[in-house]
Amino acid sequence: MKKILILGGGTAGTIMVNKLRKALEREEWEITIVDQHRTHYYQPGFLFIPFDIYTRHDVVKPKGDFFPAGVNVVYAAIDRIEADRNRVHLEGGTFLQYDFLIIATGTQTRPDQTPGLKDALWYKEIFDFYTIEGAVALRDFFRKWEGGRLVMNIADLPYKCPVAPLEFIFLADAYFTKKGMRDKVDITYVTPLPGAFTKPVATRMLSELLQEKNIHIVPEFYLERIDNENKKLISYDEQEVPFDVLAIVPLNMGSDMIARSGLGDDLNYVLTDKHTLRSEKYENIFVLGDAANLPTSKAGSVAHFSAEILFENLMSAIEGRPLLAKFDGHANCYIETGFGKGSLIDFNYETEPLPGTFPLPGVGPFGLLKNTKMNHYGKVLFRWIYWHILLKGKELPVEAEMTMAGKKLWKF
Amino acid sequence: MATKTFAGKIIEINEEGYLVNASEWTPDVAKEIAAEEGIELTDLHFRVLDFIRDKAGSGVALTIRSIGNSGIIDIKQFYQLFPGGPLKKASRIAGIKKPSSCV
Ligand SMILES: Cc1cc2nc3c(=O)[nH]c(=O)nc-3n(C[C@H](O)[C@H](O)[C@H](O)COP(=O)(O)OP(=O)(O)OC[C@H]3O[C@@H](n4cnc5c(N)ncnc54)[C@H](O)[C@@H]3O)c2cc1C
Repeated sequence: MKKILILGGGTAGTIMVNKLRKALEREEWEITIVDQHRTHYYQPGFLFIPFDIYTRHDVVKPKGDFFPAGVNVVYAAIDRIEADRNRVHLEGGTFLQYDFLIIATGTQTRPDQTPGLKDALWYKEIFDFYTIEGAVALRDFFRKWEGGRLVMNIADLPYKCPVAPLEFIFLADAYFTKKGMRDKVDITYVTPLPGAFTKPVATRMLSELLQEKNIHIVPEFYLERIDNENKKLISYDEQEVPFDVLAIVPLNMGSDMIARSGLGDDLNYVLTDKHTLRSEKYENIFVLGDAANLPTSKAGSVAHFSAEILFENLMSAIEGRPLLAKFDGHANCYIETGFGKGSLIDFNYETEPLPGTFPLPGVGPFGLLKNTKMNHYGKVLFRWIYWHILLKGKELPVEAEMTMAGKKLWKF
Repeated sequence: MATKTFAGKIIEINEEGYLVNASEWTPDVAKEIAAEEGIELTDLHFRVLDFIRDKAGSGVALTIRSIGNSGIIDIKQFYQLFPGGPLKKASRIAGIKKPSSCV
């Protein structure tokens, strides 16, 4: 029996285990998936919890419900990969042997890495919404809050779902407007980026929205520490931003297991060939999802698009053929903008987000870089698609490779 | 593409003032670009520039955090050596491309 081992049973690992079990003969290939937790979180749903739109119930299901029959499931923390001997050590001293390994251990928030963050105000006046605990604690805070300075900060780059903090402030604007207290809430967006987003066309569209909604932006702010006593963010170059309540995306890092295995960069992201999705160090190791150091968004849509490429290349590697499928960095994100509207961006390694329609040229139904009701429904639908189609590794009516059809090229 | 004379050499630069060819870089070129940024280069600056040029050559993305982990200086000192947008300024002075933060 030959063995495929998948590390991490989140979005990427679950998509892959479903694809592989379908494609490979059971008599020939044993497939094993390892994760430390039994609960699968629909992470995009965390965004809606602070505003009482989703509850915990909407975003959790047992991981086991999404693994196919005929695979071994191991619930254990992974200690390290010993790639020279094709084996993975689990906590507690056991190990698993593999012929091919797929790393899909994602990225985690690390509030412990910023001085003063996980301190006196943590979950009292400082919250993240990238974990279920943070999202629920912030909801409870907002229900009773009477107003003041709300600051949204991104501690460092890269972080998963790069549009989520923008969506957060758009939803906050709508939430406090509906509560009739928007005039009592001052909203500021504090980012290490030079503007609302990195790419020029999307930045322009998003900056206009910020202005329209009376949200202030503090760009090029690189967080050093948090002063709990005076409730201030302090940057490395001594800029200060005061807050009454702080929502923050803490530093994101890959699993420490990657560092212990000697396979990662400074932030524990696995060094990965951005086209073939194979480890740069070992021919029988592939990487999927947020765990890889690819120069594109860390997002569920990327895990989905790249899964098809990884699948093809793994099949080639198994048969000893060259790896011909090439990932183009395709990412596609709905952006909730509040008041039942949304926007949509579609881009890859080479092409920045552009206006137009998606997925059908000229038809849509979704408008790229436009603020429409239809895009909001796209986001709402996405939760259903996530649980019922995406995780199961089924095809969506969207190509893995980005297309220029339906996009407008803008020149300045 | 525009060109500019640094340290007596005609050098190709892009619209944001970054060198087009990292190979045209010399320590004297660096000193003149730094002067434009209002920075006088010390030995410590040059050690950081060397680190940045090495890292850029290896193809790994350059981040402020990676400079903090370089063992040469911490992030706070990096901001002091290259005040106001240290990664962009240091990259320009090191003669490499503008670092693109990918989102
Ligand atoms: C607030 C928020 C909003 C988002 N919105 C969107 C959106 O609108 N659209 C979109 O496309 N994406 C969105 N995302 C991003 C998306 O959720 C992630 O990119 C996606 O889940 C990545 O999948 P993954 O499998 O790489 O990682 P994960 O799904 O995080 O899975 C990693 C798994 O590995 C396990 N693991 C890690 N280390 C170990 C270890 N040492 N031992 C054992 N197990 C381990 C973890 O327990 C986890 O189950 C959002 C994320 C957040 C937080």
